[in-house]
Amino acid sequence: MNPPLRTPANPRTAADPPRRPWIPIRLRGLRARLVIVCVLLAGLSALTAAGLIYRQARDLMLTRTEGSVVNEFRLRVATLTENMQHPPDRAALQQLANGVAPSFLQATGAAAYRDSGLITSGDLTGPITPALRRAVVARGRLYHQRVIKNGLPYLVVGTPVMLGKRTTPSGVEVYLVAPLAKEQADEDALVAAARNGVIPVVALAVLLALVAARGVLRPVRDLDRAARRLGAGELDTRLKVSGGDELARLVKTFNATAAALETNVSELRDMEVKARRFVADVSHELRTPLASILAMADMFEEEAGRLESDLAKAARLMNLEVGRLVRLVEDLMEISRFDAGAATLILDDVDVADAVRASLRTRGWTGRVGLDLPPDVRIGLDPRRFDVIMANLVGNALRHGAAPVTVRLRADGGAGGVVIEVQDAGGGVDPRVLPHLFDRFSKADAARTRSDGSGLGLAIARENAHLHGGTIRVTNPPEGGALFTLTLPRRAEPPDHPGEPGTDPPWITEPGG
Amino acid sequence: MLIEDDPSVREGLRLSLGRHGHDVDLASTGEEGLERLLAAPADIVVLDLMLPGLDGFEVCRRIRAGGPTPIVMLTARGDDLDVVSGLEAGADDYVIKPVRPRVLEARIRAVLRRGGPAGAVSTGQEVHGDLTIDRGSLTVTRAGVPITLPPMELRLLLELSAAYRQVFSRQQLLESVWELDFLGDSRLVDACVQRLRTKIEDIPSKPRYIQTVRGFGYRFGPL
Repeated sequence: MNPPLRTPANPRTAADPPRRPWIPIRLRGLRARLVIVCVLLAGLSALTAAGLIYRQARDLMLTRTEGSVVNEFRLRVATLTENMQHPPDRAALQQLANGVAPSFLQATGAAAYRDSGLITSGDLTGPITPALRRAVVARGRLYHQRVIKNGLPYLVVGTPVMLGKRTTPSGVEVYLVAPLAKEQADEDALVAAARNGVIPVVALAVLLALVAARGVLRPVRDLDRAARRLGAGELDTRLKVSGGDELARLVKTFNATAAALETNVSELRDMEVKARRFVADVSHELRTPLASILAMADMFEEEAGRLESDLAKAARLMNLEVGRLVRLVEDLMEISRFDAGAATLILDDVDVADAVRASLRTRGWTGRVGLDLPPDVRIGLDPRRFDVIMANLVGNALRHGAAPVTVRLRADGGAGGVVIEVQDAGGGVDPRVLPHLFDRFSKADAARTRSDGSGLGLAIARENAHLHGGTIRVTNPPEGGALFTLTLPRRAEPPDHPGEPGTDPPWITEPGG
Repeated sequence: MLIEDDPSVREGLRLSLGRHGHDVDLASTGEEGLERLLAAPADIVVLDLMLPGLDGFEVCRRIRAGGPTPIVMLTARGDDLDVVSGLEAGADDYVIKPVRPRVLEARIRAVLRRGGPAGAVSTGQEVHGDLTIDRGSLTVTRAGVPITLPPMELRLLLELSAAYRQVFSRQQLLESVWELDFLGDSRLVDACVQRLRTKIEDIPSKPRYIQTVRGFGYRFGPL
């Protein structure tokens, strides 16, 4: 029954990668990022291309239109003003205005002489801006301008009329306002074409990105799953290597790591099994001769009264030492069982005060220990193991501390467990030894290497407390002496006992962790 | 009868138990022990669980199949699975090896002390459903058929049935039936109840006579 290998769960790394708060979680996946990048790239290039083409086409179109309108205007102005009287009267200006506006352009012509105001052929004079008129008058040459009026584009052309060899300003200005509605429609068509081109390109980019992501992500997902299985203890997990790219190399590395791990773990397990078998063998080998020695030593001791005094003394001493040897061997075996994870709990619902008293009574310590044990504190515990803990703590206090030794019990409010304190009135534990007090063969007093204990007592006590899910701590309180604090949780479910009457009670509870 | 494979342990325990007035018959293997028991039944069998050949559990089962001879098994401390298996195989009590002969002797005496609980003076026959318990002759019949019960099972039944419907905790039963102090193993009680149920109950998994009171212990009845 090898316990599955467990890696201690690190809540920080396991649950919570460091967070970049401004990126929503779903956009942090590789797939999402790939799609976003692809869409941005495709959209940007499509937009750039479409934009450039649009601008070029539009400029070309407008320039051509403007050119032809301006030429037509220039021609007409020249023709109409050739024989114009000077200064012109109102009718002549009206004729000029009508003449420059060709009907096919749906344009409006306008003419003015000095401050006469604009004489127009239609009502579209809004686009003729004062700035244009000022420029035409001041600079004395032809200007044209694109004007947006009420959301519609217009081409406005204006020129002064020259006299003589076209050098003297006549004071006559001629204007033409041509709506660019057709060009606007053409431009709209261009924009629509660009848009209609970009949208499918972006959609295609999304599709391609998803396909690419799938190709990259499948091996990543496989790796993730395999690593998970490996972590769960399936050490024979391997992945198929396909291709020769970086991912394939990663898969190869993963396989090699898994193989190394499997080898190491199986070696460890072999060693563990061997160690366990060794412990079992040693225990049997030691126990058998000890059993016969103990039987006979016991017999001698019983008869010691009939032996002569030296022999009687020897018999008693021998019996004592055999007893210690037995205890040492038992402690060694006990601690080996903890090491092998083979220690089991046999829980019972127990009155803790009774348990403490019984433990002291069995060892004849009842009169030597002060007790503060409130009744009716019941928890689920293993009576034998609890007895071991109490025997070690109290025994330790009696041997190494000074009277009075006190045992106090109180219910541990929050968790429903109990706290038992064993305090003596001695000099406390040497602060240098304090951290190692529960180590094996740790002797608080170097001079006392031949104490009654095996040197394993406190280590075993602590293992037993851990097995219950509890703890033992030791401190030197300010009032003196040493204070051992045993904390035991309340077992949620005492192993009592069959849900259905008559089924087998769950005698053995595997240790939780 | 002592069944133990190690000659020194065997001899040591024989000497020691002999001095306490027991007549000890020795066997070094399970097969030998069973053979001897057939020829000359013993008052009690002390059985080592670790035996070459036929192991202790199997020996225990065969002795139990042959009759109510009480069995005390010798087991290693902490080998809890051994204890459970041994009790399931029918052992009445166990001691942990290496054992002081004095301790073993006390267990043997407790198991051998046949009869009802101390202080029970009632001698009449009691009838509970199909079960008839005669406290005088220490016999139990079920629907008229006599049942042979090993001593601990008989004492447990007498103890429980002496107080109809009263709940006994495991600790109480350990003290009154097994004469063990607080540190007694409550599994002794559980295993003994299971074995007793297979003999007196119609359906051992739905007991009528010996009922489990969850969280407390056991009681006899109500029927």
